[in-house]
Amino acid sequence: MLRLVARRVALSVPLVFVVATGTYLLAGLLPGDAARAILGQYATPTQYRQLRHSLGLDQPLLTRYWHWLEHAFHGDLGVSPFYGIPVTSLLDSRLAATFSLVVGATVVAGAIGIGLGMASALQWGRLGRVVDLLALVGLAVPNFFLGLILVAWFAVSIQLFPATGYVPLSSSPVEWIRSLVLPVVTLAVPGVAVIAKQTRDSMLEVMARPFVRTLRASGIPQRSIVFKHVLRSAAISVATVIGLVFIACLSGTVLVESVFALPGLGGLAVQATEKHDLPVIQGVVVYFTAIVVAVNLLVDLAYAALDPRVRVS
Amino acid sequence: MTALAPSSLELETPATRAQPGALRRLLRQPAALGALAFLILLAVVSIAAPLVAPYDPRAQDLARVLAGPSWHHLLGTDTLGRDVLSRILYGGRRSLLSVVEGVAVVLAVGVPLGLVAGYFGGWIDRILSRVAEVVLAIPGIILVLVVLAVVPNNEDVAMVAFGLLGTPVLLRVVRAATLRIREDLYVAAARVSGLPHRRIIIRHVLPRVIGPIVVQGSLFAAYALVFETGIAFLGLTADASTPTWGGMVGEASTVIQQQEWLLFPSGAVIAATILAFGLLGDALRDVIVAEQSATTTRPRSATSPDHALSPSRVAVARSRALLEVRDLAVAHLDGNSETFVVDGVSFDVQPGETVGLVGESGCGKSVTAHAVLRLLPAELHQCRGNVQWEGRELTLLGDREFDTLRGGTLAYVSQDPQPSLDPTFTIGSQLTEVVRHHDRCSRKQAKQRAIDLLRLVELPAPEQVARARAHELSGGMAQRVAIALALAGRPKLLVADEPTTALDVTVQSEILSLLRRLQEETGLAILLITHNWGVVADICDRAIVMYAGQIVETAAVQQLFDEPRHPYTLGLLESHPSLAEHGAALTAMRGGVPSPGTWPDGCRFAPRCRYAVPECAQAPVALHELSESRATRCIRVDEIVAVHA
Repeated sequence: MLRLVARRVALSVPLVFVVATGTYLLAGLLPGDAARAILGQYATPTQYRQLRHSLGLDQPLLTRYWHWLEHAFHGDLGVSPFYGIPVTSLLDSRLAATFSLVVGATVVAGAIGIGLGMASALQWGRLGRVVDLLALVGLAVPNFFLGLILVAWFAVSIQLFPATGYVPLSSSPVEWIRSLVLPVVTLAVPGVAVIAKQTRDSMLEVMARPFVRTLRASGIPQRSIVFKHVLRSAAISVATVIGLVFIACLSGTVLVESVFALPGLGGLAVQATEKHDLPVIQGVVVYFTAIVVAVNLLVDLAYAALDPRVRVS
Repeated sequence: MTALAPSSLELETPATRAQPGALRRLLRQPAALGALAFLILLAVVSIAAPLVAPYDPRAQDLARVLAGPSWHHLLGTDTLGRDVLSRILYGGRRSLLSVVEGVAVVLAVGVPLGLVAGYFGGWIDRILSRVAEVVLAIPGIILVLVVLAVVPNNEDVAMVAFGLLGTPVLLRVVRAATLRIREDLYVAAARVSGLPHRRIIIRHVLPRVIGPIVVQGSLFAAYALVFETGIAFLGLTADASTPTWGGMVGEASTVIQQQEWLLFPSGAVIAATILAFGLLGDALRDVIVAEQSATTTRPRSATSPDHALSPSRVAVARSRALLEVRDLAVAHLDGNSETFVVDGVSFDVQPGETVGLVGESGCGKSVTAHAVLRLLPAELHQCRGNVQWEGRELTLLGDREFDTLRGGTLAYVSQDPQPSLDPTFTIGSQLTEVVRHHDRCSRKQAKQRAIDLLRLVELPAPEQVARARAHELSGGMAQRVAIALALAGRPKLLVADEPTTALDVTVQSEILSLLRRLQEETGLAILLITHNWGVVADICDRAIVMYAGQIVETAAVQQLFDEPRHPYTLGLLESHPSLAEHGAALTAMRGGVPSPGTWPDGCRFAPRCRYAVPECAQAPVALHELSESRATRCIRVDEIVAVHA
C-alpha cells in the first residue's frame, strides 16, 4: 500500500512540472504580446518598453522560463502585475471559496447520484426516468445559464438565498452555507446524473456476476447481497466517476464563480484574463493541475482500498 | 446460458457496408430526426440572418428598452432596446462558426493521430498515449484563458485551442477502434500483400472507424457550444455590441433584478442547440451499436410452444423423490416473442443419488438447473412446469419463502470457481457470513465452523485459506472453497454446474473424489451438469441426456454406456476419446446443436442423425419408456437396438 502511494506520487510530480512548463512556453510562443494587451493601442513606445522590461519580456523566452522555474521551485510564482502582490498569496486567499464550492458540489452529487443510481438499479418505481431527465438537463443547460435561472427563482422571486457573494465559514457557518447553496446546486446537477448512471450500470453489471449467484444460492438475504457485496464491488467504478466529477466541477468554477461573484480561483482566472495578468493565470494552471493530480491519487487509493487485487499488483 | 450466447464468429465483410442503411435507421428515430431538422434550420436562418432578421442587430431603440415579447419585437428587446430575435439570429453565425472550428480542429488532429497510434502501435502509440494523458490532466478551460490573455478577444484562436485540448478523447476512441480492426483478416492480408500503409489506412481502416468518429464529433460539438457560449458569457471574446448568444445571457444577468424574461430567449436557444447535438450523438451511437449487433448475432426466430406434445413423463420410482421436475419450460422473452430454451423437461432426483445432466453446450442443461434453483438471469423465465421438493410445490412459493430453502436445502456450485467468490472479501468472512445466516451462532463459533468446513473439503492450512481472497487461490482451491460455501447450510441436494470443467485433469479427479466422499458421509444428493462422460462414469448413478431443450434419453449409467438407446447418446459416446474402442477411429458428429428458435419441427436431432428417415422429420417425437427406469425419444429405437446387438 505504501509503495503504491509512493509510486503514484513519484509519477504525478513530474506531471505538474510538464503542464506548468507547457503552459509557460505556450504563453511565450503565442503570437500576442502581454505588454501590448495590457496597454492597449494608445500607449507610447516608451511606456511599452518600460512595461516590457518590468515584465521581463525583453529577455529571451528560455531565460525567462528558467528564471520562473527557479522561483517556482522555491514556492514563488512571481508577482501579479495587476494586483501587485505575490501570486501565491493571492491564490491561497482564494482557495477556501473554491474548495467549499467544489467539495460541496461533489459531495452533493455523490450522495444524490449514488442514492438515485441504487434505487433505479433495484427498480424502485420510475426513477430511471428521473435519472435520464437529469442527464439531459445536465448536458443541455450550461452551468452559467442554470445558475442564473436559480438566481432568478430563488434569490430574486423568492428571496431564499443570496444572489451573489460569499461568507467565509469562520465569520458565520449559517451564512456560509446559505451563500453556497445555489452555486453548489448549479455545479452538482450534471454530476448527479453521471454518478447515478454509473452507479446503476455497475450495480447491474455486478449483480449479473457469478459470485452474486453463489451468494444467493447459499441463502444470503438480498439485503446483505446488495448493500454489502454488490455495492462494494460496484463502488470501484463509481469512485472513478466521482473523481471525474470533481475535476469537471473544478473547471466549472470558472463560470460559476463568475455568475455568483465568489472569491475563488476560477473567478480570479477570468479577472486575470481580462487584465492580461499572465503570472496569475499561470499560477491558477499550476494550482488546478496539482489539485487534479491529487484527486487522481485519492481515486487510486480508493481503488486499492476497495479492490484487493490492485494492492498486490 | 451458453444457449443464448451470440455467435462469437465475427467474420464481418470488409466492405464499407450499410452507410445508407445507417442513415435510414437514424432518420427513423424521432428524436434524432427532430435534432437534425432543428440544426439544419438553425444553420439556414443564421446564414440568412441579413435576409430574415426583422431588425439590424445593433439598432438601438432607447424608448423601448427591456420590453417583453410583442408583435413588434417577437422576443422582446434588450437593455439598449435592440431586437432580441434579430440578435439571436446574428449571434448564431458566430456560435455555429465556432462549433465548426472546434470540431474541425478535433477531427483534423485527433483522427490521423488515433489512426496512426492504433495502426502502427509500438513507440508511436506509447508517446501519443502519454501526451494524451498529460493533456487530459489539464483543466482545459484555464489553458484557453491563458491563450485569451495573450491574444485578447480572438474567438477563433480560442476555439482552435479548445479543439486541441479536446483531441485526446477522440484520439483514444479512434485508436481503440483501429486496434480492433488491425487484427482483422483482410487488413492483415492487405499488409502482407504489400499495399502501402497510407492506402490501407485510408481505404480499409478509416471507413470502418467512421462510426465512432461521427458520434464523438457530434458530442464534441455539444461541448464546443457549451464552451463557446461560456467564454462569450464572460465577455472574453467580443465587444458588447457584437451579438453572441453567450454575451446576450451575460447582458441579461446584469438586469436580472428588473427583467427576468431577457434571460430566456438566448438561454433557451443555447440549451436547445446543445441538446440537439447531444441527442444526435446518442442516436448515432445507438444506430452503430445496433448495426454491429445485427451483423454479429444470428437472427433468432421465435418458435411457438408445442403444447400438442404429450407431456413427457419418466416413471422413475415415484415414491420418496427429493426433487420432482415436471414439464419444465423456460423461454427467452424478446419483445413480444418467446423463444423456448428448455421445452418440457421432467425428471426426479432421489435422496443420496447422483444424477448427471449430459449434453453438448447449448442443449439447455444449465438453464434447467438454474430454473430449478430460481437463478435464471433476467432475460429468461420459467413459463411452464412444476418443481416439487419432498412433495411440496416450489413454483407456488414467493421469492422470500423460496430464499429460505437456499443453502439449507438446495445448494449450488458453479462452473467457474474464482468468479463465483466475491473478490473484495476474504474467504473466511464470506464463509462466516453464510454460516451465521444458517446457524445463527456467535461470530467465534461461526469462524470455527468456517475453518472446519475448509478442512472438510480437504484444503491444507485452512486458517491461511480463510485469510486469503479469491484471486490468491488456484482454481482447484477456489472450487473447494465454493463447495465448502455450498455445504455450509447442510443442504440435501447439491446442484453442481460443470464443477470440474475449468480445472486441470488431476484437480478434476480430486474434486470428484471429494464430492463422492462428502456424499457417502452426509447422504447428499447431487444433480451434476456436465458434458464430460468421464465425470458421468466416475460419479453418477443415473444420467439424463438432453438435446435442444429436451430430454432425449435417461438411463442408469451402466446401461447408458453399454446399450445407448438414442442416436444422440450413441454419437456423444463414440466421439469421446476415452470411451471409443481401442484402435477404432473417433467419429465426430456432424453439425452442431441448433440454437433456440431454430429447432426442427419433428425430431430435433434428425438433421444430424445417421439413422434418420423421412418420418423422423414429420412430427414431434415423444419420450417413451423402455423399462421402469429407461426412456428414449427415438422412433427407430428398435432398429438401433438391432444394429448394435
